[in-house]
Amino acid sequence: MGTDTRVILICSGKGGVGKTTLTANLGISLARQGLTTAVLDADFGLRNLDLLLGLENRIVYTAQEVLEEECRLDQALVKHKQESNLSLLPAGNPRMLDWLKPDDMKSIVNMLKEQFKYVLIDCPAGVEDGFKNAMAASQEAIVVTNPEVSAVRDADRVIGLLNTNSIKPVQLVLNRVRPKMMASQEMLSIDDVTDILALPLLGLVLEDEQVIVSTNKGEPLTLNSINSPAAKCYLNIAKRLQGEDIPLIDPIEESSGFGAKFRRLMQTKIF
Amino acid sequence: MTLRDIINKLLRRQPASASTARERLQLVLAHDRSDLSTDILDQMRKEILEVVAKYVEIDMDEGAVSLETEDRMTALVANLPIKRTLNGQIKLIEPDSNPQVNPKETENIGQNSQESFDS
Ligand SMILES: Nc1ncnc2c1ncn2[C@@H]1O[C@H](COP(=O)(O)OP(=O)(O)OP(=O)(O)O)[C@@H](O)[C@H]1O
Ligand SMILES: [Mg+2]
Repeated sequence: MGTDTRVILICSGKGGVGKTTLTANLGISLARQGLTTAVLDADFGLRNLDLLLGLENRIVYTAQEVLEEECRLDQALVKHKQESNLSLLPAGNPRMLDWLKPDDMKSIVNMLKEQFKYVLIDCPAGVEDGFKNAMAASQEAIVVTNPEVSAVRDADRVIGLLNTNSIKPVQLVLNRVRPKMMASQEMLSIDDVTDILALPLLGLVLEDEQVIVSTNKGEPLTLNSINSPAAKCYLNIAKRLQGEDIPLIDPIEESSGFGAKFRRLMQTKIF
Repeated sequence: MTLRDIINKLLRRQPASASTARERLQLVLAHDRSDLSTDILDQMRKEILEVVAKYVEIDMDEGAVSLETEDRMTALVANLPIKRTLNGQIKLIEPDSNPQVNPKETENIGQNSQESFDS
């Protein structure tokens, strides 16, 4: 491993847009492709990644004990039950925020690089120290946003910071896309968001109730119900990350029947 | 303009909210990205107008200095209609129908001639 490990920051600026859900599902999908993957919960204040992966009861040590040299890295790593290629490094106590420095994040990530092909860092919301520490340890980034003004505005702030810190590539994931609203132009379109943020689109994720069901169970969608709309999206994102050329789905094509034909007609540009 | 926009217009309905969202975002991001406060921007606007007013008489009410942004590049765009030059000579330059905005900080003083000048 070592040098060819990809360290990817998953960030957004605004909270609650879907970073942790994306991290969990990408982790599972990459592991399923046979790639050793570590997901690192860098949201020390409000950790959740353990819960989404259903690993909350198996945590013994955390990143904190690793940094304080109270345990070895492999003692803290929690291996996923079904996907043995995936491991979680849990976030430590919120008090870690008081002393954690960018160099600490770098040394954790350097340890993970020894063992894994992918390191995905689930970032806290905001653009303060928690985000900056995580950014310091990253090479590339995925910015998650929703087709809403506040989420796009905050994403723009984050993209500015990523650019000044020479993180690249920076790619976009547009989450919670509602095809019907987009078709009736009551939601920013895919092109609107990619044009405004000037980022390449790694993929979009449809709004899907199954996301909540899967969170309840602690089983990311990509683990079982591959047929749910969002699960397909997450899988495609993982494949594109691996360099596969998977065409983007057109959310408006997704809705079929007469209604969709009519909405497409209404979208036709006249001049 | 899409078919829906036209129908909305005919029915005098509100335009769909996505276009409002897009316009509002473009404006707010131009300011966010420039990292200039409204105070500083106002000050700059005032000073630019003062400098230009030393050479030509401009229409202070029509003049606009604003930030525009495209493709993560922000431009300072000044559109200052000239009433007449100070030595009395009226400069009648046809307004550029489609003014080019150069990316990066360019100052683009468009010379919109006014029809209703007096000399
Ligand atoms: N595609 C989707 N469809 C429906 N619900 C979704 C989708 N993506 C995320 N959610 C829901 O949105 C909420 C926030 O998701 P998540 O915790 O992944 O966001 P986050 O960006 O990590 O939040 P935070 O900033 O607090 O860490 C959750 O309740 C999740 O179930
Ligand atoms: Mg989160």
